[in-house]
Amino acid sequence: MTRNRITVPLHAIAHGRAGDKGNRLNVNVIAYRPEFWPILLEQVTEASIAALFAHRGVTRVVRYELPKLQALNFVIDDALEGGVNSSLSLDTHGKTLSFLVLDLPVELPPHIMPSDTAIRSDTPNLDPVMGGVDNE
Amino acid sequence: MYRIGSGAGFSGDRIDAAQPVVEAIAAAGEGGAIIFETIGERTLALGQIAKRRNPKAGYEPLLEQFLPPILKTCVENRIVIVGNFGCANPRAAADAILAIAEGQGLPGVRVAVVEGDDLVGRVDIDATERWEGDRHLPAPSGDIIAVNAYIGARPIAEAIRAGAQVVVTGRVADPALALGPLVAHFGWDWSDLDLMAAGTLAGHLLECGSQVSGGFFADPGYKDVPDPANIGFPIAEVEADGTFVLTKADGTGGCIDTRTVKEQLLYEIHDPAAYLTPDVTLDLTEVEVVAVGRDRVRVTGARGHAAPATLKATVGYYGDWLGEAEISYAGPNAFQRARLAVTIIRERIAKRALDVTSRADVIGTTSVFDDDGGTLFAEFRGKNDGDYRVRFAFGGEVAAVEAAVQEVNALYCCGPAGGGGVRQNVRPRVRTVSHLVPRSLVSVSHSFIGEAP
Repeated sequence: MTRNRITVPLHAIAHGRAGDKGNRLNVNVIAYRPEFWPILLEQVTEASIAALFAHRGVTRVVRYELPKLQALNFVIDDALEGGVNSSLSLDTHGKTLSFLVLDLPVELPPHIMPSDTAIRSDTPNLDPVMGGVDNE
Repeated sequence: MYRIGSGAGFSGDRIDAAQPVVEAIAAAGEGGAIIFETIGERTLALGQIAKRRNPKAGYEPLLEQFLPPILKTCVENRIVIVGNFGCANPRAAADAILAIAEGQGLPGVRVAVVEGDDLVGRVDIDATERWEGDRHLPAPSGDIIAVNAYIGARPIAEAIRAGAQVVVTGRVADPALALGPLVAHFGWDWSDLDLMAAGTLAGHLLECGSQVSGGFFADPGYKDVPDPANIGFPIAEVEADGTFVLTKADGTGGCIDTRTVKEQLLYEIHDPAAYLTPDVTLDLTEVEVVAVGRDRVRVTGARGHAAPATLKATVGYYGDWLGEAEISYAGPNAFQRARLAVTIIRERIAKRALDVTSRADVIGTTSVFDDDGGTLFAEFRGKNDGDYRVRFAFGGEVAAVEAAVQEVNALYCCGPAGGGGVRQNVRPRVRTVSHLVPRSLVSVSHSFIGEAP
């Protein structure tokens, strides 16, 4: 029996950070858990990121894979409307753009339940390895 | 083991962050270093402008707030202070540090400056190759303000070996601030590329300060950070083989875990197999991060390849002027009134034939993700009632930009109903474009300030 497709924002299974150099943006995307890493590899592609940034006139997207970190690094060329010193945007660095990436819809494979993802909790969500230990 | 901490990760960082770092390193009783990274891409050009107005200016404006709380503890505990807070005027910064030392009754503090990054008048920049990430930027039309090469760790290490207690630099590769003291301490061979890579990796993870220890990280409910008002800046405990543990001072806020370290590991990295620095090409692809205790992460696996043949140099030019103006609309139908304000300003700019580039955002809808043309905003369907702030930005010559900003002010009386809270400012901009310069054109050195040669 197959269940209906369940789609969540990338934000539910990964975290990340954006940085700029000149007119080039980089955004890393890191799996919260090992079981999410294959989803990143399969669904967070150069094409899907290029589509997210198409309105900003990007000229190239390159994806680098870091299996030891279970992380992807995207280098997105000409995404910053000229960069920190030329852009008219409020966020000239593009620091907010990691959350544009984390809004990408991803489909969960059948063996992963939505409750397995990092659904927002009302209690502090600390370090998955050390968090909760001696949490004074 | 050698301890290196971070005291600041950018110009404008918290001024009370360095103290717990220095106290923790001092308490361990084995000396060490603290680094201050305070230069961004346009900082050097702004520093050069300040220096032209006042020959004693052009260094980090917060220097006199960063150093007084820690200088004495550092000097008394063999903790070397290394900072690029010299910016466009390292010698003036050194003089200021000597004055602070004198004021604190610390005579004879040895302050070295590292020079050679400033290439104004030394390089025909138009004859050099443009850095590929900037290859599509239009050619700058303004005069050159600053040309600074990212130089490496050697002159820093040499200054420390010669007895420097404070090393003041201008533009250096950020990780070199840490690699310099590591090479000076361990006596690493510059040709041992894996060690250069390890020290560069430590520097890369330290140089943005709290960004590895819970800053730029909190996402409530998903990634929580304890006591973010008191984030402890990072300390690397580096072994002679280049492996290290990242940690922070007891009793501080923030957190260091595998998530914070991974985010910063890839921050501003392009090809992870080839992070180019003047000292080494750092390969991050085999790096592993393991939590070994609360707020303790071990980092291993840095690999080094030969350093690139050229040095990156950032060129600062006088750019155009930027004008910004904002106005708010709230309550019933606020979104439609905000949108009408955008339409009105577009029409006014056209009617007066103001020669400006322009952009309008309705804050609360698509402001930071959008492009200048407003592609996302055109498709935005939100609530008409709410609290919206319209923000306009104009670029061009000063007179046209000022006229455009004044049109936003005129919305008070002539615009949609209930517009309030106009704020406006107009300021000149500095543009930057990076180039690659041959190493042969760059010659670096260190010298001690306030001492007979």
